[in-house]
Amino acid sequence: MKTKKGILDSNLFYTVLAIMIGFCIGAIFLVIAGISPAVAYGKLIDSVFSKPKYMVWTLVYAAPVIFTGLSVAFSFRTGVFNIGAEGQYIVGSVAACVVGILFHLPPVVHALVCILAAAIAGCLWSLIVGILKTKRGIHEVLSFIMFNWIAYYLQNYIVNLPAIHKQSGGEATENVADAARILLPEGLMRSLDCSGANWGFVFAVIAAIVIYIIIEKTTLGYQLKAVGFNKNAAEFAGINVNRSMLTALGISGALAGLGGAMQTLGMSGRLSQLAAQEGFGFEGITVALIAGSNPLGCIFSGIFYGAMKYGGSKLTMVKAPSEVVNIIMGCVIIFIAISQVFKTVFTSIGKKKKEA
Amino acid sequence: MSHQSHMDPNTMVIEMRDIVKKFGDFTANDHINLSLHKGEVHAILGENGAGKSTLMNVLCGLYHPTSGQILVDGKEVHMNGPRDAIDLGIGMVHQHFMLIQPFTVTDNIILGIEPTKAGVVIDEKKARQKVLELSERYGMKVDPDAKIEDISVGMQQRVEILKVLYRGSKVLILDEPTASLTPQEIDELMQIIDNLTKDGKSVILITHKLKEIKACSDTCTVIRQGKYIKTVNVSDVNENEMAAMMVGRDVNFKVEKKDMTPGDVVLDIRDLHAKDYRGIEILRGLNLNVRQGEIVGLCGVDGNGQTELVEVLTGLKKAESGSITMMGQDVYNKTPHEVFEAGVSSIPADRQKHGLVLDFSIEDNLIVQHYDEAPFSKNGILNREAIRKNATELMEKFDVRPRGAEGKPAGNLSGGNQQKVIIAREVTNDKELLIAFNPTRGLDVGAIEFVHKYLVEQRNKGRAVLLVSFELDEIMSLSDRIEVIFDGEITGSVAGADADEKELGFMMAGGKKSEN
Repeated sequence: MKTKKGILDSNLFYTVLAIMIGFCIGAIFLVIAGISPAVAYGKLIDSVFSKPKYMVWTLVYAAPVIFTGLSVAFSFRTGVFNIGAEGQYIVGSVAACVVGILFHLPPVVHALVCILAAAIAGCLWSLIVGILKTKRGIHEVLSFIMFNWIAYYLQNYIVNLPAIHKQSGGEATENVADAARILLPEGLMRSLDCSGANWGFVFAVIAAIVIYIIIEKTTLGYQLKAVGFNKNAAEFAGINVNRSMLTALGISGALAGLGGAMQTLGMSGRLSQLAAQEGFGFEGITVALIAGSNPLGCIFSGIFYGAMKYGGSKLTMVKAPSEVVNIIMGCVIIFIAISQVFKTVFTSIGKKKKEA
Repeated sequence: MSHQSHMDPNTMVIEMRDIVKKFGDFTANDHINLSLHKGEVHAILGENGAGKSTLMNVLCGLYHPTSGQILVDGKEVHMNGPRDAIDLGIGMVHQHFMLIQPFTVTDNIILGIEPTKAGVVIDEKKARQKVLELSERYGMKVDPDAKIEDISVGMQQRVEILKVLYRGSKVLILDEPTASLTPQEIDELMQIIDNLTKDGKSVILITHKLKEIKACSDTCTVIRQGKYIKTVNVSDVNENEMAAMMVGRDVNFKVEKKDMTPGDVVLDIRDLHAKDYRGIEILRGLNLNVRQGEIVGLCGVDGNGQTELVEVLTGLKKAESGSITMMGQDVYNKTPHEVFEAGVSSIPADRQKHGLVLDFSIEDNLIVQHYDEAPFSKNGILNREAIRKNATELMEKFDVRPRGAEGKPAGNLSGGNQQKVIIAREVTNDKELLIAFNPTRGLDVGAIEFVHKYLVEQRNKGRAVLLVSFELDEIMSLSDRIEVIFDGEITGSVAGADADEKELGFMMAGGKKSEN
C-alpha cells in the first residue's frame, strides 16, 4: 500500500503519464491524417536509437535546450518568470558569432572567449529587464516578450552588417573561425560518424550540476530562493531583495545566452537571417516544466526534447508531418500542468477502493 | 456579559460519535464525540493544532472520517463534500473570509444559488429583498449594495454569516470569529449569536478565548492533542479550569516579573513624522524611548500609526523626518539589515507575510538572518549538518511541535507553532531591543503564556522590549510602562503597575490623562 501511495505521490509518475498521454493524442492526429501511428512512432524511435551516431545527434540537439531549460528552471526556482530566454539565447548566439568571426585567437582560448561573450550578452539582456522591474516596477513578463522581438530584429540587423556578412551573398554571416568551434576532435568525430558532434552536451551537464549546487547547497541559492518564495519575509530578514532579483535574472539570462553559443559554435558555425523566432527559449520552458524545475532533471528532459526534435525531423520519410512532434510536446505540457488534477483523482480513487 | 440559554435539551441536531481522522500515521482526531442540541451554543476549545479544525472539516464534508458516525437529526449521514453538508443545513463561517472583494454584499450572499427570472437573468430585486429580510430578522446590519472592499471587517463577517443563513443552515460553525474584530464588533457578534439561537439555530464556536466562551456558550467540548477530553456545562466551570483542561496542566494567567530598575536608554525616537501608504501623515511628531530591562507597552486602537511606526523602526518604511537612535547610533531610515546589525530584532505582526518563508523548511527559516555566517555556511556553501543541529536544539527548547519536522515546510505547522519558530529565532538573536507586534495574535492560552514568558525573560536579562499590541489585557499584564498612541502621537504614559483599564480606554479614544 505504502509503495503504491508513494508512486501516486511522485511527480515523476505524472510526468511519465503526461508523456504517454501526449503520444496517445499525437496518435489520434496521425490516424486522422491517414498515417499509421505504429509506423510513425516506429520511425521516431528508430531514428533516435538504431545507430550510435543518431544518439550522438540527439545529444547535439539536446545541448542548447538543456541550457535554455536550465535558464527557465533557475528563474522558476528563484521566483521570477524568465519568458525571455528566447531573446537571451539570440543575443548569446550573436555575441558568440561576432566574436568568433572578428577575433583571431588560438584554439580553445577563442572558443572560451566566445562562450564567455555569449554568457555576458545573455546576462546583460536579462538584466535590462531586471532593472526595469526593480527600478520602475515594470512586470518582467511584458518586457521579456518585447525584448525577445528586439533581439530577433537585432540579429537580422547584425547578420547583414558588411563586416561579418558572407562575401559570396546569401542571408547569413561568415563562418566563425575554426579556433572558435567546439567540435569534438577530428578522429573521435569520424569514429562516431557524426559531423556535428561537439562539446555542447558536456558543457550542458556541467552547467546543470553547477546550477544544482548553487540552488541547493550555497548561501546564494538560499538567498535567491528566500526572495523568490516570500519577498516580504526576505526583506524583513535583511536580504537585499532587488539585488537578489537582479542576480537571479542575470544568471538565468547567462544560461540562455550559453545555449545560443552552443548552437552557434557547435552546430551551425554561423548565423542566418531569421524568418521567425527559432523557439529555443520557448522550448526551454517546456524542458523546465517537464523537469519540474530541477536542474538535474533538465538534463533528461533536454535529452527527451532533443530526441523528439531530431527524430521528428525524420518523420517526413514516412510521409508523417514532423509537426506531430509539436502536438505531442504541447499535450505533454498541458497534462503536466494539470497533473495536480490527476493526483487528486487518483488518490481519491485509491481512497475509495480502500474504504470499499 | 450574562448569557441566557435558548437550548432545547430534548432535540438533538447533530451527533458525532467516535470520530477518528488519520492523515497517514498521524491521528488528528482520536475518538471524538460531540452532540449539539437545538438552540445550543457549543464551544470547542483546544490549543493550536489540537484537531478542532479537522473535526469541523469532517462535519462540513471536507474530510471523510477514517471511522465513526455522524448523525443529523438522528439519522446517520455520509457526506461527500461541502455541498452535502450545506444540503443537510450545516454551514461554516471560516476564519479567513471567502468573499469576492469587488462584488456587492448581495452578490456575495446569493453566489451559487441566485434567484433568477426565467432561469437566466438574476432577479436582483428579489435577492436584495431576501438579504434585507434575513439581516433584519437576526439584527445584522449590512448594506446590501455596498462592495465588500469598502466595508468593515465586522460587516464582512456578518455577510459570511448571512451567506450561510441564506443557504438555509440550521447549524452554524464559526471558526475563530472574533480574531479580527474590535471590542464593539465582538459585542455585536455576541448579540447576533443570541438572536440566532433564539430562533432555534445551533452554533458551534471554535475559539481560544475563554472570556468569550464564558460570555455566550452553553456547553464546551475540550480537545487536547486530537483526543476528546470532556464536555462541560460552561456555567459550572471557571476560566482557569477550562484553561487547565485545554493544556493539561495549570495555566498561569499572571505573568511573574521580578522587580527591575530600568537602565540606559536603548531606543530613542524623537519627533518622528511618517506617511501611510496613501501619502497621508500618520505619525505626527512621535517621541518614545525604551530602556534596558523594561517592557514598554504601546497601546492604542488599530490605525493610529502603530503599523507605520514598527515599519519605520525595522527599516521597511522611510520616515519623513525626525530621529531614531539605538544606543546612541543613528538608525533613522536605514535598511532592515543595518537596523538588525544595530541591535534590533523583531517579531512581526504578520507571521506569514514577514515572519516566515512558508515554503522553506523550518530549519531554513531559523537561519534566515544568519545563513551567511558560521557555522551555517562557509565560503558560500551551506553546512546542512549545522543547520539541522541548530533547528533540533531550538525546536526542543522552544517546544515547536511536531518534533523531527526540521526539514518540513514551515507552512505545514499550525499557527501557534509557526509563531514559536519566529520567537525561537528572534529571542535567540538576543539583540539589545526586541520589538514584538501583536505577538500572541491567534494563539491559544498555552502558547500565549509561552510567548509572554520569553518576552519577560528578555527584559529580565536587561534587554529592552517594545510591545505593540491591540490586546489591552496583554499590554497591562506585561508592561513596566504603558505609552498610549493616538493619531500618530504619544498622548499619555502610565506606569504598568498603576494602569487602569477604563482610563487607558479613555486615553486610547483620544482623551487626555486625567489629573487626579
